[in-house]
Amino acid sequence: MSEPILITKDLKKTYDDFEAVKGISFSVLRGEIFSLLGPNGAGKTTTISMLSCLLTPTSGTAVIDGRNIPQDSLAVRRVIGVVPQEIALYDELTARQNLHFWGQMYNLSGKALKQRTDEVLEQVNLADRANDRVETYSGGMKRRINIAVGLLHKPKLLFMDEPTVGIDPQSRRRILDMVTELRDEGMTVVYTTHYMEEAEELSDRVGIIDHGRLIALGTQNELRQVVGEQETVRLSFGEGHEANGHAELFNDVDCILAATSLDGEIVLSVREAAEALPAIVTRANGAGLPIRAIEIEEPNLEAVFLHLTGRALRN
Amino acid sequence: MNKILQIGWKDLIILFRDKGALLLMLGAPFVLTLGLGLVTGAFSGGSNGLTGIAMVVVNEDSGQLGQALADMFFSPDLEDLLVPQTAVSPQAARQLVDENEVAAAVIVPASFTDSILPDNSGQLGKPVSIEIYANPARPISASVVDSIVQGFVHQVETSMVSVNVAMTQLVMNGRIAPTNADDLMALGQEMGQRFITQDSAAPIIRLERDEAAAEAATNPNYLAFLAPGMAVAFLMYTVALGGRSILAERDSGTLARMLIAPTTTTEVLAGKVLGIYLTGAAQVSVLILASSLLFGLRWGSLPGVILLIATVAAAATGWGLLLASVATRPSQVSSLGTALMLIFGILGGSFAQIPFSGILGQLSKITPNAWAIDGFTTLGQGGTLADIAPALLALVVMALVLFGTAVLIFQRRSGALIAR
Repeated sequence: MSEPILITKDLKKTYDDFEAVKGISFSVLRGEIFSLLGPNGAGKTTTISMLSCLLTPTSGTAVIDGRNIPQDSLAVRRVIGVVPQEIALYDELTARQNLHFWGQMYNLSGKALKQRTDEVLEQVNLADRANDRVETYSGGMKRRINIAVGLLHKPKLLFMDEPTVGIDPQSRRRILDMVTELRDEGMTVVYTTHYMEEAEELSDRVGIIDHGRLIALGTQNELRQVVGEQETVRLSFGEGHEANGHAELFNDVDCILAATSLDGEIVLSVREAAEALPAIVTRANGAGLPIRAIEIEEPNLEAVFLHLTGRALRN
Repeated sequence: MNKILQIGWKDLIILFRDKGALLLMLGAPFVLTLGLGLVTGAFSGGSNGLTGIAMVVVNEDSGQLGQALADMFFSPDLEDLLVPQTAVSPQAARQLVDENEVAAAVIVPASFTDSILPDNSGQLGKPVSIEIYANPARPISASVVDSIVQGFVHQVETSMVSVNVAMTQLVMNGRIAPTNADDLMALGQEMGQRFITQDSAAPIIRLERDEAAAEAATNPNYLAFLAPGMAVAFLMYTVALGGRSILAERDSGTLARMLIAPTTTTEVLAGKVLGIYLTGAAQVSVLILASSLLFGLRWGSLPGVILLIATVAAAATGWGLLLASVATRPSQVSSLGTALMLIFGILGGSFAQIPFSGILGQLSKITPNAWAIDGFTTLGQGGTLADIAPALLALVVMALVLFGTAVLIFQRRSGALIAR
């Protein structure tokens, strides 16, 4: 797991005056799950689109399995698989017909195509619904077939762009388990998400991306060291009291390094929670915000993002 | 090549599984053909139902009866029923029938009056026949004209016999001096003799009914004009739908997924074009087959029909591709496609045979409709491959020009296939 299968250097993509990706450099090792973690609009999908040869980089280089992008794009496309964020399937066709069609696009045919179709249907646990039209599937089932298409030709490197967006917890669980299984089978996976929990559960290494820049990169332990011994304190308030707009109240409290509001809560990054709590409670009471619950978390990727950007991941 | 076929085949399957699209692709033109056929009387073989029957009369008779017959067609009583015209010669009149311009030609021979009314010496001319040259493609309308002539003949016969009997009675009763009535008596006897000695079913005035030649008999009537017209009009809708599918696939992400696969942009575009083409060709083929089986239409030479379907589908596909290349959203293609279908339908004569002239006439030549309808009509009237060669060539050239233009536009808008 030491040899890189993907190396990018100063990769940029510009649309007119807008820089979607501002010079990203990273490498992905063979057999690892590498997550690109960042909020919506951070540049994750644009990066994946360049690496999957769909978009031509404005500048910079990218090498996949020893082949350059975009010069050797056809060869690169043979070794990569892509699971796009949108469900790119034909609703009017059955799952088997979809897989058959996409398999042919990846040069599969005959017995090999049939065998792989059956295998991936088993893999995503939809063999019993193989002959039903995709339009009759639930969102989670469509997501699984969407993934199955990306696996058909047994790619060396699989790009998965936010594959769990908009699905139920059960389907999400299945997909996360599947990603781990793929890694265990030797496949390299580049996984983009804005869910910190998914990146934490899956990733061997994580790249944190924001506003088109890679702002942190490393294993989860390495990233946590960025915030040192920082802890995260989450405050929720009584009914009728919104957290939004009140985060700045805590900016000048001693020991508080960053404050933001997220999902109706105020999220505080602190050096030592036990020391900071009295001042936090006093400031909340002084502002007329009745605290309903206080939650203290060990350092995590959310805290890293908060520390690096001053914003919560999903803001 | 295999990928191109797979993409095209996939599009064909998807479109034929779309019930809404099928309804418009196959149901609408079929129902419209059926409806217009019923309204216009095409199913009964009428030209335009029982009003406005186009007919032509040629009066070569210089006497009063021929003129009376000719005048009758132009009388106010028949102005709703008939649209009469005169021709300078029997040949010209028959030609109008052969060309399906009129339902029948009535040809009054030169000595018609003389054969009915005696001259000053009491002599009658040789019996002659009024010729009714009927259009077999419009049997009902032709029969109406026939009936009108029969009615005139019957009226003349009744009058003649009545006059004859009346004159005989007058002489017999001494109301008219025999010296003055000799000639009239002779006439009455002559007429009476004819009437009695001849088969009672045989008329004094003879009618000859003739049908146009076999070539015209294969003319597939107004319905055969309607059916290809509608098929081609709705072919424009189908190709617009195909063009729309390019942008719809772009929006749904499947086009990007194809481009991410080890598939070239050329293969993807060629596959999409093939899909549009196959769908259009299948639509026209189904409509032609159905109209043959259900309406009994004769479309003419099978190789010619196949070639015409192949070329008109190609030309129409070119238009669909051009729409997709200039539009930015699928809904734009739909709107433009509907507009194009209607404009081309009117200009190209899909809905009605309007002989445009000037600029409109020239514009009609850019529509696949005009060339295809011309080709199908020619084939239906017994035309050969050579006869439809100009239409085939025009459609092929149209297809090539449109494909080339669309590809150039796609190349200029290089991001059009993946921009979201």
